[in-house]
Amino acid sequence: MPKTLLQIDWLTILIVIILISFGWVNIYSTTFVNPDESIFDISKIYGKQLLWIILGVVIAIIVLALESKFFERFASIIYIVATLSLIGLFIFGKTIAGQTAWYSFGPFSIQPAEFVKTAVALALSKYISEINNDLSKFVSQLKAFAIIGIPLALIMLQPDAGSALIYLAFIIPLYREGLPQAYLSVGFLSVAIFMITLKFGFGIFAPVFVAILIMIYLFNRKRKPRFWIYFLTLLFSLGFSYSVNFILNSVLLPHQKDRFDVIIGETNDIRGSAFNLYQSEVAIGSGGWLGKGWLKGSQTQGRFVPEQHTDYIFSTVGEEWGFLGTSAVVILFTILILRLFHLAERQKSQFSRVYGYSVLSVIFVHFFVNIAMVIGLFPTVGIPLPFFSYGGSGLWGFLILVLVFLKLDAKRKSLD
Amino acid sequence: MRKLLPIILVSFAAFLFLIRLFYLQVLDESFDEVSTNISVRKIYDYPQRGYIYDRNGKLMVGNQPAYDVIAVPQEVKNFDTLELASLLKLTPQRLKIQLEKAWRYSPRLSSVITPQLTKKEYAVLQERMHKYQGFYIQKRSLRDYTINHSANILGYIAEVGDREISQNSYYQSGDLKGKQGVEEQYEEALRGERGVKHYLRDIHNKNIKPFKEGKFDTLSKKGSDLHLTIDAELQAYGEKLMKGKRGGIVAIEPSTGEILSLITAPSYDPDILVGRKRSKNFTKLYYDTINKPLYNRALQAIYAPGSPFKALTGLVALQEDVVGLEESFRCNGGYTYARGARMGCHHHPSPVEMVTGIAHSCNAYFAQIYRRTIEKYDTPQKGIDVWRGHMASFGLGDYLGYDLPVGRAGLLPDSDYYNKVYRYPTYNWYASATLSNAIGQGEVLTTPIQLANATAAIANKGWFYRPHIIKSIDDKPVDNKKYTTKQVTTIDKEHFEPIIQGMHDVFNYGTATFLRVPGIEVCGKTGTSENYVKIDGKRMQLTDHSIFIAFAPKDNPKIALAVFVENGYWGSRYAGRISTLMIEKYLKDNIERKDLENWILNHTLEDEYAKPYSGELFKINQ
Repeated sequence: MPKTLLQIDWLTILIVIILISFGWVNIYSTTFVNPDESIFDISKIYGKQLLWIILGVVIAIIVLALESKFFERFASIIYIVATLSLIGLFIFGKTIAGQTAWYSFGPFSIQPAEFVKTAVALALSKYISEINNDLSKFVSQLKAFAIIGIPLALIMLQPDAGSALIYLAFIIPLYREGLPQAYLSVGFLSVAIFMITLKFGFGIFAPVFVAILIMIYLFNRKRKPRFWIYFLTLLFSLGFSYSVNFILNSVLLPHQKDRFDVIIGETNDIRGSAFNLYQSEVAIGSGGWLGKGWLKGSQTQGRFVPEQHTDYIFSTVGEEWGFLGTSAVVILFTILILRLFHLAERQKSQFSRVYGYSVLSVIFVHFFVNIAMVIGLFPTVGIPLPFFSYGGSGLWGFLILVLVFLKLDAKRKSLD
Repeated sequence: MRKLLPIILVSFAAFLFLIRLFYLQVLDESFDEVSTNISVRKIYDYPQRGYIYDRNGKLMVGNQPAYDVIAVPQEVKNFDTLELASLLKLTPQRLKIQLEKAWRYSPRLSSVITPQLTKKEYAVLQERMHKYQGFYIQKRSLRDYTINHSANILGYIAEVGDREISQNSYYQSGDLKGKQGVEEQYEEALRGERGVKHYLRDIHNKNIKPFKEGKFDTLSKKGSDLHLTIDAELQAYGEKLMKGKRGGIVAIEPSTGEILSLITAPSYDPDILVGRKRSKNFTKLYYDTINKPLYNRALQAIYAPGSPFKALTGLVALQEDVVGLEESFRCNGGYTYARGARMGCHHHPSPVEMVTGIAHSCNAYFAQIYRRTIEKYDTPQKGIDVWRGHMASFGLGDYLGYDLPVGRAGLLPDSDYYNKVYRYPTYNWYASATLSNAIGQGEVLTTPIQLANATAAIANKGWFYRPHIIKSIDDKPVDNKKYTTKQVTTIDKEHFEPIIQGMHDVFNYGTATFLRVPGIEVCGKTGTSENYVKIDGKRMQLTDHSIFIAFAPKDNPKIALAVFVENGYWGSRYAGRISTLMIEKYLKDNIERKDLENWILNHTLEDEYAKPYSGELFKINQ
């Protein structure tokens, strides 16, 4: 045991500790009322978070104490239990703000979706690492997608589109393990088409796209390009672009559509749909180089930014710690993800590698979507900033996710 | 290749975020101000407005508390609507409407439900306020007048308009500011300096704590108290005398230029523009286009000065050395100055020289010496300009520079003026064309304060201080150079003696013998000026204005004044009586000539003023 502990990647642990501590400091700033009160008062949000952190350490120790084989061996069972926990929500769950995403225990609630990510990562890793599965084959692809798709669908039903979005992160490990390029290409193309159509409309997108495609085709003529690929691309793109309006108006809920409108600058209703983003940008923008100082941000202390201790916690960093603080957080996350990448690539077992990739991908998508949203580069999506935002489920979920991987990494040599 | 995806993604994200954050936080500075606007609230502390006293220290204008009832709609609980409505002197419907309005404005912020309850109404309400949750009292300060006169001198205070807010950064919507009179002129001294406290507020509009430890806060500075040069008692008396008449009185202390009283009639009680009744009353005053009570006739009305002007004509002639004191002129009921052109004169002993000319107010005498003055020079243009220069040195034809916000320049014609009128050089014009100036009946126009000032200059024998109404600010005497610099006329001192003698003789054997004030040597000059009015596009002549200038005592004068009474017929009839009563009041404090006083108090000119509006033909000067 002590030997394994020495082989734990302490750099990752260090970064996680810094993020959690700095996160708490900012949560305190957004929620304290009287600086003379004890920070352990669990009737207060900062007190609760401190409790979650302490319990998080206990959980971390338990995870590290488990045999590393345990995770691979029990991956399927963990996955089934996790899926059942999502189904159980519809029977026993508690509805908060229209989302049935919580199990309630007295004053505390727990959000299973935060833990399901780990379960999906384990199940996916196990499935891919089985010898007879090959992601270049359609059947394997279908099964892998099912592993991701089932919890995703259940979360969509809560409904919690934001949390569901996170599951797209698993495309990254799949791609690493041989998922055909086409999926990624179609994915990027879809996002690009969606954004361009949203901004400029189908009338401009269609002719421009056709022209570009014809030019590419003519340019590649001598290499005998396959005509049907071009044809399918054209058909898909135009069809998708044409349906953007339909998606916007019929598939998305009105408040979701508003969030798109805010980002592309279609609406600037700073008292309505753009209120959150506006307040967030004002808080961050007024921070300057060095910020206004801890507990001294006028926007933060006036509680002007809604949900500032959870999804908008980064705006507190922006206001009170300035560009110095925000860039430090961005760089810390970047180092964390790159470090996880480095660890994942050095795994000898495919199971550990896929799992490591899953971890870094999930953290990356959270990091990207959350900060992009807070600084106005992405529509409002209610997902937390890992280790930073308030919330026990989220904190523990991420701790388990990462520590399982660190445990696997520490044991990699014995797996030879 | 596939391994690179995470690196590409995370590098791209980090790069994108850093650029965006750098832009938001460092490059774009607009957020700093927005942040302050959102999160910092200013709370103002309005100091008490300064008091206004008269020259003897008598309080004219103080302050009284008034109580606004305000409500924070969110906090309002069920209450007895009927009882509260009756306490607030509102109908229950009105109270409901006010509360709904407040809801619409903001559930969290306070709105005024009913403004400016009096102290008495407040006393009753205060005991029961605890029953009405969400209702509060907001104290404010209103003007409190201890006098019922001087409205046009004092002016009033009112909320600033949008234009004033855009012109002067000090003011904000809802601020009170002096309008007209002393309140406007000395606004900055009276208002003091409001204090401001900056608080950080939260999203619910609650104050959290002082912003930056109060670094930007300022303390309020109390408004300064003013002492005016006005004698409140004399002012009140003058307004009483002017009841039922239109016109203006300006009385000046010659040795200092201090305005002792400045009366315009008709006027109003300044108290009617205070509190809840203000807007109704102001509208009434504003739209009274016949009486024009907001129009300060003492400063803004321009009249032909009439015969008092002869005193100045005489002074200029003496200065220009065109007539000897002993030289006498015959007057056969007038003066024929050109073939078929004759200036009439009233019946009086003849011949006359300077002193008797003034005493009898002989048109013929002054027409001739005026003519000599102009014709002394090669061209009438030159002559007129020299004449004008002398007149201007008495403060005529220009704003006097007194410290009240309204006024008129009057008119003192020069050669350009006549060149234009007579289309020189196509046609020539001569002194005779301007002859009416000699007797104050030509192109010359003056305001009462200009004429009063000229009278003070005569009383002083050649100099005056600019008339002013401010005596001291916070007990510090006014040392404004403008009012402490002697203005010297172009007339040598010795020339004033015969003129003053003539003005004294007006009372001895001249045009105002019945106006003698026992025990005081008064010098004065009567005046009667023809006037015309245009009503519905029809020009008609009205009864002459009654004009009088006077100063007293003859030696070491203490008061100089000019009185205009519109359509008062002749000088001694109204204006003369009023002048000498004012002098008697000021110098002796009690009136011995009760009959004369009663005559004035019991005579009004309302009938005269109604004539042109009656729609019927009417006779004048009867």
